[in-house]
Amino acid sequence: MSSYLSHTKEEQQAMLKAMGIASIEELFADIPKHVRLNRELQLPPALSEMELTSYMQKLSQQNANLDAYSCFLGAGAYDHYIPSVVGNLTARQEFYTAYTPYQPEISQGTLQAIFEFQSMICELTGMDIANASMYDGATALAEAVAMACSHTRRNQVLIASTVHPESRQVIKTYARYKGIEVKEIDYDNGSIDFGRLEAALSDQTAAVIVQNPNFFGIIEDLGQAAQLAHHHKALLIASVDPISLAILKSPGQLAADIVVGDGQCLGNPISFGGPGLGFMATSKALMRKLPGRVVGQTTDLDGKRAFVLTLQTREQHIRRDKATSNICSNQALNALAATIYMTVLGKEGLKEVAKLCFNKAHYLHDQLVQSGKFTPAFSAPFFKEFVVSSACEIEALNNALLSDQIIGGYELEKSYPELKNGWLLAVTEKRTRTEIDSLVEKAVNYCD
Amino acid sequence: MIKSEALIFEKSVPGRKTDLLPVCDVPELELATTIPAGFLRAQLPELPEVSEVDTVRHFTALSKMNHGVDSGFYPLGSCTMKYNPKVNEDVAKYSGFARMHPYQAEKTAQGCLAVLYQTDIMLAEITGMERVSLQPAAGAHGEMAGLMIIKAYHQNRGDSKRQKIVVPDSSHGTNPASAAVVGFDVIEVKSNAFGGVDIPSLKAVMSDEIAGLMLTNPSTLGLFEENIAEIAQIVHQAGGLLYYDGANMNAIMGKTRPGDMGFDVVHLNLHKTFSTPHGGGGPGSGPVGVKKDLVPFLPGPVVERAEDRYYLDDNRPLSIGRVKSFYGNFGVVVKAFAYIRSLGAAGLREASEIAVLNANYIRARLEGDYELPFGKICMHEVVFSAQKQMKFGVSALDIAKRLIDFGYHPPTIYFPLIVKEAMMIEPTETESKETLDEFIAAMQQIASEAQTNPQLLKEAPHDSMVKRLDEVAAVRKPLLRYNKV
Repeated sequence: MSSYLSHTKEEQQAMLKAMGIASIEELFADIPKHVRLNRELQLPPALSEMELTSYMQKLSQQNANLDAYSCFLGAGAYDHYIPSVVGNLTARQEFYTAYTPYQPEISQGTLQAIFEFQSMICELTGMDIANASMYDGATALAEAVAMACSHTRRNQVLIASTVHPESRQVIKTYARYKGIEVKEIDYDNGSIDFGRLEAALSDQTAAVIVQNPNFFGIIEDLGQAAQLAHHHKALLIASVDPISLAILKSPGQLAADIVVGDGQCLGNPISFGGPGLGFMATSKALMRKLPGRVVGQTTDLDGKRAFVLTLQTREQHIRRDKATSNICSNQALNALAATIYMTVLGKEGLKEVAKLCFNKAHYLHDQLVQSGKFTPAFSAPFFKEFVVSSACEIEALNNALLSDQIIGGYELEKSYPELKNGWLLAVTEKRTRTEIDSLVEKAVNYCD
Repeated sequence: MIKSEALIFEKSVPGRKTDLLPVCDVPELELATTIPAGFLRAQLPELPEVSEVDTVRHFTALSKMNHGVDSGFYPLGSCTMKYNPKVNEDVAKYSGFARMHPYQAEKTAQGCLAVLYQTDIMLAEITGMERVSLQPAAGAHGEMAGLMIIKAYHQNRGDSKRQKIVVPDSSHGTNPASAAVVGFDVIEVKSNAFGGVDIPSLKAVMSDEIAGLMLTNPSTLGLFEENIAEIAQIVHQAGGLLYYDGANMNAIMGKTRPGDMGFDVVHLNLHKTFSTPHGGGGPGSGPVGVKKDLVPFLPGPVVERAEDRYYLDDNRPLSIGRVKSFYGNFGVVVKAFAYIRSLGAAGLREASEIAVLNANYIRARLEGDYELPFGKICMHEVVFSAQKQMKFGVSALDIAKRLIDFGYHPPTIYFPLIVKEAMMIEPTETESKETLDEFIAAMQQIASEAQTNPQLLKEAPHDSMVKRLDEVAAVRKPLLRYNKV
């Protein structure tokens, strides 16, 4: 076993003696007898470090991992390339073993990195301010809903049914306990149905929520959504793929009020769905409503530039029972990974990633459609993900692909029963032409 | 020591880049052939343009401006800054964990599901609960989920009157905040002379409108609530439930369990008690555990075990619903799982015993120098007050800042709110006797400096890369992002 303790028996005795007590047990005298455990916990036997690594290797080898399989599954978690510098730098102990930067004099590294993260998120989204991160894209959306309702003093939101199904579930969970009504707006040709949206908007609507690209990979018309929302004095909340923002017009430019998204794709391992990060950005007008931690620039007593957690009057530890959000710990280390990722790829590099995804996704799409075995489900423009349908059952198809070390696309019927045999495929820059051709060949053969 | 580091944007050189990507191996399309021009960006976002070496030097410099647990003692009360074992970092990076897609077929992810299921069962045993959901991403998120469960439980019984949550005045700020977020009204009860819940005050507020009581035990004063059984009885008799804030679980592992004390709902902080690193403010993990009657209300999906396999059960009609994407911060759970498997039952018990020993050693050695508002044996952390030093004009903040000069991270200060000039010290079990002795000597020297040279403390820290900051200016004129001059 490993205990990570230092004291020898003699040292323990010396400490007890210095305190004038005979045994450690005396220190637990305040625990009443009838609530004591009085037995050892029933846990599996302790493992030495050597045994642990071997055991964990075996457990991990039961899994089909993405180094061994080529992955065409996306649906909110993406297999993008992570440059070596990201893991190396985030593994520096000064970053990963530190707590929240409450003492700025010895936390300038974390604070400055967060300030740089906030700045990069503002650049990508075209917004004025961003916070230090949220748990993930879905909870960021749920927090944005609370923020919009508090700002507009309205209690209803309209959400496109093309928003990620799990994000919609999380929003509904949060909303139920806050007394917020959530109405879904159906889609038409894979995009939000603006006719239905217009009909549903009223002076009760706090916000319209659109994802871009949406769950089907389709690029939505954020500008029109903003116009319609603003006409009713509602806000537009946009949930975006940060990599797409290297080529797509920023939501800020399209008049979105709150912009959130999932940042796992920015240099974070996919890790069975977490930890990644969410991000949140907004306009100056909504600054005081922004949940979570925010870092600001100031000076020290000598006038030197320095960074500090700021605007904390908004935070739970001051507002206590009047808080609108309770988030404290967020995903700082994942936000650091995202910052390093955006730095090392830089202005041109992020665009290259986006274009590779775009080109490869379109190549796969065209190959599948040309085979005659798959048809496009929608005709709207897409970025790195798209939907095709076929005559064969997707679950069985995916199952068959596994034997060729391919993880196929998302079975859309699970979340959209009307999209029978719909297959949502994601193609990142990591997929080679050989892998794509192989997927096409196997899938076409299977569906023949 | 690094004295300053430019912002990465200020190091940017137009045209400079790091080459990482292959040439495109499929036919290239103009974006505008399929995407309408109105959706496309005309100008690239202003991300930095730097080389790989620039990136490495910059973030290495930033890291050197930080203090981590590996840098030195970090007695930040309530945060349990214990050593983060390196092997757990390695294990979480194995391809079979880190390189797994959350929507892969269950049969290709049995190792991941096994980790989730077994962690659930082990944490249930450690806390005395029936089942544990690993979905919440942090402590506050676990609190929120736990309170939603309490609300859903009462509503399912057809009892919609219970809209109030009782919280002691010594509680963590997240407790009332989480209650407010879930739509509860918060009723605060006073502490008694020993920092525990004042029983008459508790009785006075109990009614059929009370949904439950949130309690940290040991309390934020580091003291065990001796009346816990009576408190549980009072709350249960009035039809309420008991919520356990697990921030201080490091004091009691293998000694007593929230479930045995009468608690119905528990949240844990894997990034405190179970040794996963804090990462400068996350990722954490805030599992929520419940007694048997509340299991149907847990967030879904829950991992279940059939004879020969693990599977995700999302067919849970009474569930509060999903609180996060996928299955929580899985990578953090892997590290906590590895930690529990390394220590085993005896190891966890011993960790709590030594955590309590270390805190009491500091208490006993410093109680002559600093006021101890509750002069008794403490659990895993000790709360002093700087009231004695205030006579010389020296505050808890000054003492905290002076500790930085000695190479320590300061303790938590001005919390709990019910102690004036509070300094909350949590050494954890992984610190050696020499470390504690050196820290004690530093605290004693500071106590003496407070009398002889208070100015030295008021101007501290002296050796850090920046001096004290103008936090008022940061609020008055918020500058929250880089702007190109």
